[in-house]
Amino acid sequence: MISVNRFKCAYCGACIGVCRFDANELIETWVEINDNCTMCMACVKVCPVGALEVVDEN
Amino acid sequence: MKTDYDVIVVGAGPGGSMAAKTAAKMGLDTLLIEKRQEIGTPVRCAEGVSKNELKDLIELDERWIAADIVGAKIYAPDGTELRMSEERAGSEVGYVLERKIFDRHLARLAAREGAEVIVKTRAFGLERSNGVATLKLMHQGEIFEVSAPIIIGADGVESKVGQWAGINTSLKLNEIESCVQYLMADIDIEPEYCHFYLGNKVAPGGYVWIFPKGEREANVGIGVLASRARRTAKEYLDEFVKRTFPQGSIVEIVVGGVPVKGPIERAVSDNVMLVGDAARHTDPITGGGILNAMKAGIYAGEVAAIAIERKDYSSKTLALYDEKWKATIGKTIGRNLLIKEKFVKFSDNELNKLAHSIAKYEVEEMSVRGLMTRLILKNPKLLWDLKDVFLKAR
Ligand SMILES: Cc1cc2nc3c(=O)[nH]c(=O)nc-3n(C[C@H](O)[C@H](O)[C@H](O)COP(=O)(O)OP(=O)(O)OC[C@H]3O[C@@H](n4cnc5c(N)ncnc54)[C@H](O)[C@@H]3O)c2cc1C
Repeated sequence: MISVNRFKCAYCGACIGVCRFDANELIETWVEINDNCTMCMACVKVCPVGALEVVDEN
Repeated sequence: MKTDYDVIVVGAGPGGSMAAKTAAKMGLDTLLIEKRQEIGTPVRCAEGVSKNELKDLIELDERWIAADIVGAKIYAPDGTELRMSEERAGSEVGYVLERKIFDRHLARLAAREGAEVIVKTRAFGLERSNGVATLKLMHQGEIFEVSAPIIIGADGVESKVGQWAGINTSLKLNEIESCVQYLMADIDIEPEYCHFYLGNKVAPGGYVWIFPKGEREANVGIGVLASRARRTAKEYLDEFVKRTFPQGSIVEIVVGGVPVKGPIERAVSDNVMLVGDAARHTDPITGGGILNAMKAGIYAGEVAAIAIERKDYSSKTLALYDEKWKATIGKTIGRNLLIKEKFVKFSDNELNKLAHSIAKYEVEEMSVRGLMTRLILKNPKLLWDLKDVFLKAR
């Protein structure tokens, strides 16, 4: 699963720009990722500050 | 907020505010919504614009001008300097803006023309039936539905309006620059020059910029092509800053993504037009998008008025808007996309060679065109495939 490191995230919206699955949204300072996520990693790669990480679901 | 309008504009950046301003001025009942609680912040911009073009769009106001720029210096990977300026023409060429104040000013102009402006209001869904579009809005925790025959999506790089309306604006990793910028204080700069640093080590597929905002203050930032970068944009920038301004202080961090996709096939669908970053109107070479967003906003506002007058909100009528932006913005970003695609493939050696070929000259026309014309004349072989697109377009 992709997780947002809230302490790094600068809520710029680049990750939403590259998402083809309508799986994320930026609400003020809050990036939300929903179940549409396919783990394609585009958001992880574009994040300018490395705030998106893959975490083990367990 | 009412339940019905002629036009609802989503997003109060430069594109949305100009669209709302134009629509309201043409007598349309206009609502401008912005999801953030403050228009203009956090900033996602290096704030550089061409002076002449800005002047044509809006009355200048020194409250949102941070610096006057007379020229630019571009550095090849080996440090070779290319200087571009129009000093001899006797006028400054660019401004570095204060976007926080600028964006708010534009929203205020829209309000002054009669548009209703409302913040902390996010659009989260769109439905269309019987020629009318209905937006679902969340305003401070409450849900509202608001309808209008025309929706203008000016919702920036993270645009959803396009997706909802079935307009393809998807950005692949080679179509977006990943950017970080520091507003740095107490650094040694040339306060009248913008600086650009190129190279695959410094900024793969992009560049580092220094845009002055005062005697000893500047936006120091980087854009890297997401598909080419090996590390985060921040890591590349930190390296540059450590080398160049080890003593400087960082008083603001700016982060963002810049579309470098070039013209999209269409920016309209029934009841919907997209402007600015939402329509990927940014320039693939410079990354500049403020002026294009403003122009697109004006066109969309004008076409909204035509559609309302004709009572026809189909994509067929709104295609007038596509025609307008394609004939202007579209031409330049299409051409610059070709240049970008060529340049991101050059090695540092090739970039150095190109720079050496014209380093002796001062490029007088401070524009991509001025620079490219010189480069092509001096390097016909290396830039052969750009020759036609480029020199013909003059
Ligand atoms: C680091 C960086 C440097 C840049 N430097 C320059 C430069 O020097 N010169 C230049 O010309 N351009 C530059 N740009 C590009 C420029 O900032 C953009 O092109 C410009 O802001 C686009 O304007 P816009 O109105 O289309 O979108 P934006 O200014 O992004 O505005 C979109 C607005 O819509 C709002 N919104 C989004 N979704 C919703 C929703 N669902 N509901 C309600 N509101 C919503 C957002 O909150 C935002 O306020 C830079 C960009 C970056 C990231």
